[in-house]
Amino acid sequence: MIEYYLESGEEMRIVEHPILSFEKQNELHFTYNGKALIGYEGDTIAAALHDNGIMHYSNSIKSHRPRGFYCAIGNCGSCNMRVDGVDNIKTCMTPLKEGMVVESENAEVTIDA
Amino acid sequence: MRERDLIIVGGGPAGLSAAKIALESGLSVTLIERAHDLGGQLVKQTHKFFGSKSEYAKTRGIDIAKILIADLEAYSSKLEIYQDTTVLAMYPDHVLTAIQGRNYMKWKAKAIIIATGASEKFLAFENNDIPGIYGAGAIQTLMNQYGIMPGSEVVMVGSGNIGLIVSYQLIQAGVKVKAVLEASDHIGGYLVHASKLVRLGVPIKTNTTVKRAYGTTKIERIDTVRLDPQWQEVEGSEESIDCDALCISVGLSPLHQLLSMSGCEMIYINELGGLVPKKNEQYETTMPRVFACGDVTGIEEASSAMVEGKLAGLMASYSLGYEHPQFETLKAETLHQLQNLRQGPCGIKIRQGLEKAGEAL
Repeated sequence: MIEYYLESGEEMRIVEHPILSFEKQNELHFTYNGKALIGYEGDTIAAALHDNGIMHYSNSIKSHRPRGFYCAIGNCGSCNMRVDGVDNIKTCMTPLKEGMVVESENAEVTIDA
Repeated sequence: MRERDLIIVGGGPAGLSAAKIALESGLSVTLIERAHDLGGQLVKQTHKFFGSKSEYAKTRGIDIAKILIADLEAYSSKLEIYQDTTVLAMYPDHVLTAIQGRNYMKWKAKAIIIATGASEKFLAFENNDIPGIYGAGAIQTLMNQYGIMPGSEVVMVGSGNIGLIVSYQLIQAGVKVKAVLEASDHIGGYLVHASKLVRLGVPIKTNTTVKRAYGTTKIERIDTVRLDPQWQEVEGSEESIDCDALCISVGLSPLHQLLSMSGCEMIYINELGGLVPKKNEQYETTMPRVFACGDVTGIEEASSAMVEGKLAGLMASYSLGYEHPQFETLKAETLHQLQNLRQGPCGIKIRQGLEKAGEAL
């Protein structure tokens, strides 16, 4: 049995806001490089990772430097990760789903024949 | 292959406004949006708009998006909307290809409106790729759309309106803004926004920029450096600021790729943010019946994008023989609104840019 948890002390969710209201949604469970984490319905994968205090998503192809997101609207490709075995998923735009397996990409991705 | 009268690429303020006018004119319309939500960048803009009532002044961006979307509901029989769908290519015979998830699609349109918007510029400095260095728009998306703080202590680079407004929104979300850096000798945005920040104790440092960032998997600190009037670094002026996120707000550039790769004639105009399509008074590019409007034709405010969208919608419909019932009135009104939006000292850049593009207003 896997135990899923929100990285302790890293909760980044806005509780009070003068204009917007954010009601907590249903919990979703996913893994990031094997680590079991909690996100919420309505989150993108990138938002859920960030809520867990994780800003480091993948590594650059050549120098393997850590990569996070930059634009969060699907332009820059900096947030690409492997999701459920599929490479180059824009995590900033992809809704989080129950049981997702999210992994860092550390090398150039090639298309299988 | 599906056939449609009009395909609009981009469901932001320009695309939504164009869709409404085209539907009123009697066209069948397909609206394609890459993101999950319609509304473009309006969906994260919690501030109230400036300008006049016809461009929804005093209304928050998030509410303007709702109005524009609701305006289309009456036309659901003639309108199809594809969200989460990325257009891949546009061909000279008006064929468009797109992908939605793993689903590949193809359309042929009589006319096309490109309203793809813009993307955020980046800044060159040492270690500018450390996670936690985000565009100002990205921070708005994270905070205002998903309710997640980018960090607890943020430094903002750039004091244009976006930099100032996002700094204020960070404070509203409970984040500490440690400083706003501005490379030039004066604050770029409206002073009403800047003074709000100063009253809240945020230092705005002019003639100052970011020199380097520190951290491995997360940003931890930056060094700032002062610039002299010739924009050269002043020796010995470096200072450190601890932060767990750095926000880059140094302008936008048009998302021109679809137009460029399709063979539209493009011009590089610094004042408009980069490469923009050459277009005539009918908002038509050099590809016949391919129109463009909004930030993809030059960086402005969402207010101008809405007005340009209306004009492009009018012109695209007209080109297909569908004259809007109020064509002349609407045309005169929208041109007048654009003129108003671009007047005064804040519109200098856009006026100069349009002049260079050969489009006098």
